[in-house]
Amino acid sequence: MKARHTLQVALEAVRLNRLRSVLTVLGITIGIASVTLTVGLGLGAQQQVRDQISALGSNLLIVSPGSATSGGVRGGFGTATTLTRADAEALASSEVAPSIAGVAPVSSTSTSLAAGSATWTTSVYAVTPSWQDVRSRTLAAGRFLTDADVTDRTRTIVLGSSTAQELFSGGNPLNQSVVINSVSFTVVGVLDAAGGSSSATSDDDLVLMPWTTAATTLGTSATTVSTIYLQAADAAHLSAAYQQATAALKARHQITTSGTADFSITTQESIVEAATSTDRTLTILLGGIAAISLLVGGIGVMNIMLVSVSERIREIGLRKALGAKPRAIRNQFLTEAAVLGLAGGVLGLGIAAFGALTLPSLIDQPVTLVWWAIVGSLIVAVGVGVIAGVYPAGRAARLAPIDALRSE
Amino acid sequence: MSALPEAGPARSVVMLDDVTKTYAQGSLAVQALRGVSMEIGAGEYVALMGPSGSGKSTLMNILGCLDVLSTGRYLLDGDDVANLDEDALAEIRNTRIGFVFQQFNLLPSLPAWRNVELPLFYAGVPAPERKRRALDALARVGLADRVDHRPGELSGGQQQRVAVARALVSDPAIVLADEPTGNLDSTSTEDVLALIDDLHSAGRTIILITHEADVAARAERVLHVRDGRLTDGGGVR
Ligand SMILES: Nc1ncnc2c1ncn2[C@@H]1O[C@H](COP(=O)(O)OP(=O)(O)OP(=O)(O)O)[C@@H](O)[C@H]1O
Ligand SMILES: [Mg+2]
Repeated sequence: MKARHTLQVALEAVRLNRLRSVLTVLGITIGIASVTLTVGLGLGAQQQVRDQISALGSNLLIVSPGSATSGGVRGGFGTATTLTRADAEALASSEVAPSIAGVAPVSSTSTSLAAGSATWTTSVYAVTPSWQDVRSRTLAAGRFLTDADVTDRTRTIVLGSSTAQELFSGGNPLNQSVVINSVSFTVVGVLDAAGGSSSATSDDDLVLMPWTTAATTLGTSATTVSTIYLQAADAAHLSAAYQQATAALKARHQITTSGTADFSITTQESIVEAATSTDRTLTILLGGIAAISLLVGGIGVMNIMLVSVSERIREIGLRKALGAKPRAIRNQFLTEAAVLGLAGGVLGLGIAAFGALTLPSLIDQPVTLVWWAIVGSLIVAVGVGVIAGVYPAGRAARLAPIDALRSE
Repeated sequence: MSALPEAGPARSVVMLDDVTKTYAQGSLAVQALRGVSMEIGAGEYVALMGPSGSGKSTLMNILGCLDVLSTGRYLLDGDDVANLDEDALAEIRNTRIGFVFQQFNLLPSLPAWRNVELPLFYAGVPAPERKRRALDALARVGLADRVDHRPGELSGGQQQRVAVARALVSDPAIVLADEPTGNLDSTSTEDVLALIDDLHSAGRTIILITHEADVAARAERVLHVRDGRLTDGGGVR
């Protein structure tokens, strides 16, 4: 009840000087708005990358040829052709690697396509029917490649959604023919757009072809592959799958020490980690700069609180004459500073919310406002206010009642 | 305690023993009080008179625990105030002393009743009781119909009556009034003095500063201050 009265007095003081209060908290408002927006932009960018990578498939491991580096993600992979279809078949065996549910060896080549008058250049992937499950993709139309397509080397292809759009511009691509390398292929299926964000174009701009067909018509290798995608049985089996794949491949490649492995296995997590770490660094940097504006805002509050104390010195004296203890005076000014900080924080969050709604359409970047950033901002805003209020409040509390009363 | 004379039949509320007060003003030291000894019994009505600058307000501020003395001793209800800390002094001002100032000293942003309830707030009285007692006190000074007016919407006399209501709301034993009628016309002066008379007849100790002889005449005892000294002794037995 005492606290309520103190709060009431603080609110009245803030209301009494409405314009000045708004100007006072402007610094905190801008600080909170920029910190919240920077964090929101950073989280949005990270979420975007994460979506892209989870669009690769679930519980996915990616085996690439070439030696691993300590960081887990290597620069130019696919240079050494050390992975073979025999490797992939071995990993598919439930005795060798029981935790691996699906195996999809892939080799690729970039080539130009023609459908009627439309031409387009993109990657053609030589795949097995298992690719669809391992990469967790669904079909928008038609069917996926089958075992029969592989054995019979049928001239069938499945198109990514944007490839289909480029070649047939909205028309139905099913059973249409596409010419690749002077050979005519029939479109039997079109993939759904990959889940996640719009910019994951490489997952939607592609052509899938039975690997046997690719070997004869495009000259891709019938024995080696550029990547083997592995799907663990479930999330709990991910590390077991990783270990089984490593052991099996080492045994097959007759490798004894890990340093000389001629392949590397990356997980989705490690890709996410690498891709988001630069985003995170940038976020921290920008957030730090925004935090400095919060500091400046705090100094603004302290300045105005000092003015407020000397302006209300007679009021302080009177309150003391009527029996206010130093603690009561200090609490009154601290509460006032906290109210100012909170007001600045709420205003700042309002601006941040407005920014979160308008910015994505302006700069094509999602802004993610999460509850902990909002609650954190409010706590920081109140904290900045209180810290800025400590000195002025202490000064008010220490005033001798008679000096305060007598001053004009 | 033993250095001071024993209290007489009327218990001493205020006992000053050779009190001085020196203000440091730059390199200059202003001696506002040069050795004041006095004794005021419970329920007495004392007027302080004297020329401007003689030290009346200084004395009053020390009596009200608003200011601290330089040398000497001040016993309030037998307790040496030098031994009390800030919080204890605040409590004394809150519960035992009511102030009425020449400049009223009301908070301009608050309506009359909120001004009156202030001492009760610092005493930790619950809100509903604060309001009830504040309205009560305002009724006693004849301002029942002005409780929601801000000081700026009241006449000088009405403002001083609000201040008197504030001084009596916490039911203090001592009321200190520093030229309470200095800014008032004769009708308002009469109103305020009548209220102070009421407080006195209810058993409170009244100490009042005035320049006017007819105001001082209402007191039981008049003390004259000149150059920081009492010219006629402070009634020390
Ligand atoms: N804060 C202060 N600093 C320095 N000198 C002061 C201070 N307060 C009062 N004095 C000096 O002490 C002396 C007594 O002042 P005080 O206010 O007690 O006089 P007073 O008797 O109340 O006069 P008045 O009738 O005009 O109110 C004066 O000379 C004054 O200048
Ligand atoms: Mg005076």
